[in-house]
Amino acid sequence: MSTSEPTTRRSLLGKIWVGLGGLALLEGIWIVTDFLKPRKRQGTDEAAETLIVAGPIENFDPGSVTAFQQGKFYLARLEDGGFLALYRECTHLGCTVPWIGAEERFVCPCHASVFDIKGRVLSPPAPRPLDLFAVRIENGIVKVDTSKTLKRNTFSDNQVARS
Amino acid sequence: MARDTDSDTQANIGRRIVGSIFPRSPIPRTDADRRRTILEFLVLHMRPVRVRRSTVRYTHTFGLGGMSLVLIALLMASGILLMLAYDPSPEHAYRSILSLQDGMLFGATVRAVHHWSANILVAVVLFHLLRVFFTGAYHGPRRFNWVIGLGLLVGILASNFTGYLLPWDQLSYWAVTICTGMLGYVPGIGEWLQAFARGGAEIGRGTLVLFYSFHTTVVPVILIVLMAFHFWRVRKARGVVSPHPQDSQENDDSEMVLTLPNLLVRELAVGLTVVAVVMLLAALFEAPLGAPANPGMSPNPAKAPWYFMGFQELQIHLEPLIAVVILPVLGALGLILLPYLHFDHELSGPWFLSKTGRTTGALAAMVALVVTPLLILIDEFWLQQTGGAGWPAIGVIAAGITAFAVCLSKKFKPEKAEFVQALFILFLVGFAILTITGVWFRGPGMALAWPWIGAPA
Repeated sequence: MSTSEPTTRRSLLGKIWVGLGGLALLEGIWIVTDFLKPRKRQGTDEAAETLIVAGPIENFDPGSVTAFQQGKFYLARLEDGGFLALYRECTHLGCTVPWIGAEERFVCPCHASVFDIKGRVLSPPAPRPLDLFAVRIENGIVKVDTSKTLKRNTFSDNQVARS
Repeated sequence: MARDTDSDTQANIGRRIVGSIFPRSPIPRTDADRRRTILEFLVLHMRPVRVRRSTVRYTHTFGLGGMSLVLIALLMASGILLMLAYDPSPEHAYRSILSLQDGMLFGATVRAVHHWSANILVAVVLFHLLRVFFTGAYHGPRRFNWVIGLGLLVGILASNFTGYLLPWDQLSYWAVTICTGMLGYVPGIGEWLQAFARGGAEIGRGTLVLFYSFHTTVVPVILIVLMAFHFWRVRKARGVVSPHPQDSQENDDSEMVLTLPNLLVRELAVGLTVVAVVMLLAALFEAPLGAPANPGMSPNPAKAPWYFMGFQELQIHLEPLIAVVILPVLGALGLILLPYLHFDHELSGPWFLSKTGRTTGALAAMVALVVTPLLILIDEFWLQQTGGAGWPAIGVIAAGITAFAVCLSKKFKPEKAEFVQALFILFLVGFAILTITGVWFRGPGMALAWPWIGAPA
């Protein structure tokens, strides 16, 4: 970078001012971004109880779907007796998908995506099966860990919890 | 001891105060007076002293820019009143709206004025954009003002959208869920962007605080600054574009008339009409309020606000990445770069530019009017049964648009401005039909339905 004018005290001071101004601007942007950053979930009761005890295995008939309001999921018991905890938000845009018992499928009211009892997409636009929560079966009691959703691209048998 | 002049004016202190605020009589009697009135009042001097007679004709602009300003003034006045009654927290928001409507003097009417002004404003600024586009008023000194106008459009949409959440009812909760859900499809940063817009992982207190502060402070301040800039650039471009074709504009300058009264009385008439229409609507129809927000149950069907409904309809048919990211980004880029394209002849003036412009435009509108509903039906009743439309469908549509463009330029040999206009109309009518389909022809489960047949019980 060849400058036609030599660096004088005045031009150096000018550059320092510009630099300081830029620094102040960055600082401002930093503060604003930090203020706008998504908040961490506050320590409410909801956050504390992420492990939900659904109940004993016998309570759930094979082929049934039970809604859990508190954990925002459906506990599905497959025909072969295995369990899946399906997060109730549609993978398309996040609407709550209701279980239509008569048709044995989930139908999203927002964009008409359809999922089967395993959460597999029967009709788009949903891009992937319903997200899962981890299910544990201890001493015949079904427990669901709702601390984080497990995203999946296909259904596979190892997602199913069995006693 | 005081000098004579001083003692004379001391007697009229009231007149001295008024005189210091208003340097001259607000009702001028002579042309010279009128000229000075324009120059010496802050608000009026945003206007030039003289304007071309041809530009004040009502059907040239329909006063759409002025209407927007009046609506924004109404929104600010009613918005400040609403702020006094509203409580921005998920627990109290809905109830504060109820007590506003039931307990406060004209509470429901103030809210209805805000609601109707906001919705009409979106429509009016869209028509304003179309007016500027179809009279070719985006060349030369108006280039950057087109971009500022787009900024104002974004601000007004942001304002409407952030306000949509505040009542915290089923309508607002799920519309915002859907719209922020769309952000999740931006590649790479989607999840972060969505959490950012929601002020947290899910819609809740963080979202409401964020939307409230944007709706009541951030966006209005940006709008005011941009509006001042926008008006000043119109002034610098010597008023709105002349309605005459470019080649006959030289002798147009001879027809200059005084802004006061020629332009101002027309603006006043438009402004008062807008106020009257909003008041009438607000008196007759209340602003909608659904059941309180229930995160556990999406209403069926759940729809975005009408101005985003075109995107939601597009989403039903195309992959989210195409509908939410690629097409909107291409559309936005096209609009921003429009005034910076190279035009051999910068056509402007008459509506739809020229005779060729009108013919090609009408043809494009007709094609879109026929093809868009056909595509919707083909997708709904055929493609979606076999797995949905994917990239091949996009390819077919792109090929169809290219074929249309080639035929158009072969048959009519249009100027570039006319060609761009025809394509713009093609997309515009297509998007309008998507919006209309989404708003009126989608029933439960977002299945196609006739608007006049109610949902089955």
